[in-house]
Amino acid sequence: MKIPSSIWTLLIGIGLTLVSLWYGQNHGLLPTAASDEAPLVDGLFNAMMTVSTGIFVLVEGILIYSAIKYRRRAGDNADGPPVHGNVPLEILWTAIPTVIVIGISVYSFDVYNDMGGFSPHAIHEAPMTSQVMNMPGAAIAATLSDTPPSTEPNENQEKSDQAMQDPATAAVRNADQIPQKRNAPGVGSVAPTLGPTPENEGKPPAFVVNVTGLQYAWIFTYPDTEVTSGELHVPIGREVQLNMTANDVIHAFWVPEFRLKQDVIPGRQSEIRFTPNKEGDYTLICAELCGPYHGAMRTQVVVQKPEEFEQWIQEQEVASAEELKQAVAVNPVDLTPDEFLAPHTSHMGIHPEMLHQLHK
Amino acid sequence: MTQAQVQEKANIPALAEEPEIRHWRDYFTFNTDHKVIAIQYLVTTFIFYCIGGVLADLVRTELRTPEVDFVTPEVYNSLFTLHATIMIFLWIVPAGAGFANFLIPLMIGAKDMAFPRLNAVAFWMIPPAGLLLIASLVVGDAPDAGWTSYPPLSLVTGQVGEGIWILSVLLLGTSSILGAINFLVTMLKMRTPGMGFFQLPLFCWAMLATSALTLVSTPVLAAGLILLSFDLLAGTAFFNPTGGGDPVVYQHMFWFYSHPAVYIMILPFFGAISEVIPVHSRKPIFGYKAIAYSSLAISFLGLIVWAHHMFTSGVPGWLRMFFMITTMIIAVPTGIKIFSWLATMWGGKIRLNSAMLFAIGFVGTFVIGGISGVMLAAVPFDIHVHDTYFVVAHLHYVLFGGSVLGIYSAIYHWFPKMTGRMLNEFWGKVHFALTIVGLNMTFLPMHKLGMMGMNRRIAQYDPKFTFLNEICTIGAYILAVSTFPFIINAIWSWMYGPKAGNNPWDALTLEWMTTSPPAIENFDKPPVLATGPYDYGLENTRKGVPLSDPDPVLSAGPNSVLRAEPDESSPAITAEKEER
Ligand code: HEM
Ligand SMILES: [Cu+2]
Ligand SMILES: [Cu+2]
Repeated sequence: MKIPSSIWTLLIGIGLTLVSLWYGQNHGLLPTAASDEAPLVDGLFNAMMTVSTGIFVLVEGILIYSAIKYRRRAGDNADGPPVHGNVPLEILWTAIPTVIVIGISVYSFDVYNDMGGFSPHAIHEAPMTSQVMNMPGAAIAATLSDTPPSTEPNENQEKSDQAMQDPATAAVRNADQIPQKRNAPGVGSVAPTLGPTPENEGKPPAFVVNVTGLQYAWIFTYPDTEVTSGELHVPIGREVQLNMTANDVIHAFWVPEFRLKQDVIPGRQSEIRFTPNKEGDYTLICAELCGPYHGAMRTQVVVQKPEEFEQWIQEQEVASAEELKQAVAVNPVDLTPDEFLAPHTSHMGIHPEMLHQLHK
Repeated sequence: MTQAQVQEKANIPALAEEPEIRHWRDYFTFNTDHKVIAIQYLVTTFIFYCIGGVLADLVRTELRTPEVDFVTPEVYNSLFTLHATIMIFLWIVPAGAGFANFLIPLMIGAKDMAFPRLNAVAFWMIPPAGLLLIASLVVGDAPDAGWTSYPPLSLVTGQVGEGIWILSVLLLGTSSILGAINFLVTMLKMRTPGMGFFQLPLFCWAMLATSALTLVSTPVLAAGLILLSFDLLAGTAFFNPTGGGDPVVYQHMFWFYSHPAVYIMILPFFGAISEVIPVHSRKPIFGYKAIAYSSLAISFLGLIVWAHHMFTSGVPGWLRMFFMITTMIIAVPTGIKIFSWLATMWGGKIRLNSAMLFAIGFVGTFVIGGISGVMLAAVPFDIHVHDTYFVVAHLHYVLFGGSVLGIYSAIYHWFPKMTGRMLNEFWGKVHFALTIVGLNMTFLPMHKLGMMGMNRRIAQYDPKFTFLNEICTIGAYILAVSTFPFIINAIWSWMYGPKAGNNPWDALTLEWMTTSPPAIENFDKPPVLATGPYDYGLENTRKGVPLSDPDPVLSAGPNSVLRAEPDESSPAITAEKEER
């Protein structure tokens, strides 16, 4: 095997390293970072991008170089040199990728830990509640798991029960309030998700928002207040916990600027904790296919100064008190879904005509 | 004498003049000849590829503008569901089986597959399954829950479409299980005398790995789909949360198959590329054993990585880390293959014909898909880009830049053997250029789209993404155009192309040691191995003495060819004769 003289190898190596280092930092492929978690993810991505650029340029370079340099000249029908293998070389190029992927794994592990991926309560999965087990059809599913119901106190269960008790959550979870909800399953288990960051381990989150995903809207309720909203408002710099569940199908909570995503699964409660750190309006996107209007299931996340946030909460409390009165006046069960949702469409960020198409 | 001549002399094709072996009508019958079945597979799957491609271009046409203005959102969802289902289950997977059908018996010197009728049955499950799926589009109730068909969504969209989808995928899965059994038994039991595992061409190694993977994983998908159909049609609640079922269980069952499925889709073409590169570089494949073992390693590791598709759904933290590490490790055997291919080309005498160009294109684009795959394995980054266009870009770099370019390379390489005629090189190169340009234009911008915030499976998107989507759409149209030179070239050359001769590339593997196209039953006597499958260039060093292998039959030199003729044919082949 002919290898270019060592000076050339060295120069090419240095050039490659410089290009990779530069591109790894200047790729411009990520949106603004607006949460405490985002820079961690970006750091990981930049590192991977640096390594990847190196590998990419190397492989493409060798490919193109060989294709040109070693192309067959007209009239030359001989074979190339019969090189079957080269053990040191093969060991080398097995070892290098191994080291690289181990390095990336360790780095990812670290980032994941810093994001709160290992918080203890996120590790267990709660068994189905006895109430769910009694539902029709569940018997067959139940026979699949021979595990007897546990008699241990179940922290996850307690947590989700607590969440269900919260009056604001109940308002949204009340099957009569939202027509699509009538068949909604109860929350059976807590899905493991991103918990508190290591510094906040053991502390309660600064504040909690309950999130419900339904075809094709997000509904946010603020416990301890009467507020129900189609937009997520959070104060800047405080750790938020979202307790999320879905009514109908799987949705996914994604805010690209926060670098966070979590599926919202009917029958489960998923929790995610994060700290927004940059004021602004961001788009909350549903990332899991949830039906024809999946692409329209978007709303705003507003990160604002604590004072502004408090003000917003108060405005909402007044407004929602009025809405509740209206809701009592007409029995929602008699309404079609779009009639019911019509007053809410503006703050849910969906077009009324879309809603109409949807439910006809 | 070059090694190719040594090998050919040992196996002078009995049917020197090309006999009229087959009539075109044979291709429309329940034929049990593995070569007929192979062509049936390849042509059928290519037709499905064209249909899947039309659907892709409809999808891209809708995505030219941020609004939903070309089709309704319901139809849009059916379009991409069918696009993906067709591309995966009716194109890439069965196309791999098509090549395996043609090549395995020839490469190991057998007369046919171990179970010829089973082979035909496996093929004939495909057309009805495909027609069923496409019929659903025509009758207006097409499946629209994505090719992953996650419940509860798949349980609340149209029942008819979803039922058809399940039935069709079950049929296709059964077909690939039957095929896999056949490939395994054929390779294990029917090799020509004197052919040990390390004389097997690497395509066969790749198919060993693929078939084993198919056998282990496909039944799990079948089980998942059958349970899903109970939920859908009989009202049970395995996965339906309203009855207490758990949708995440479905995801585990689905991905237990569908992640290995990506290796089922790529390994055969790793194998094909390992055949094409040494022949056209005129050098032995670099690191034969490393490539062979890496196929097995990929196949094994492929079984324990599925939950990386579920990092954002509901997997405990430690489990996410486990799946992250296993996924990362797959990069190692894959890297071994890529570096070995590069080393094979290095210092060779590369013939830049269409087959080789597509092979180079394969390595060059697959690398991008592989790198983005490692990125996706890193949990924190995957949490950001899961279910976005970054994933769409990644999967197309693997499946288009990998599998499809691999298929094209294989077609340009083996077309002379399959049809007895050469393809036109000029149009082959036009085809290659258009494909590479279209491919990168369509899928490269999607990486950025995904990271910036465009989620997948949407008919309407944020207007700030319009420009990049415009580029993708134009790329997709170029890709559509790129297939025309190929289709016309293939049809025209098949009928009027110049005669190919038995071994136009001076290759050494056994499929080239018979007539083109090969006669029924392939060889008139079990072929002998006068050289290893990749011993190019050896005449430069030790004149005429083949093989580094200490096997007595093989290392005895070219003159031993006559002695190497076995006294009795192998039990497997005798048994096969009796069976007929
Ligand atoms: C003709 C070239 C192709 C084009 C222009 C194309 C385009 C697309 C687009 C735009 C999507 C995303 C649809 C959406 O998210 O709404 C998609 C999805 C997909 N495509 Fe392709 N594609 C092509 C070829 C292929 C090939 C060869 C395969 C091979 C298996 C393939 C497999 C898939 C899969 C598995 C999906 C995922 C669908 C999903 O998210 O459910 N595509 N394709
Ligand atoms: Cu949604
Ligand atoms: Cu959605």
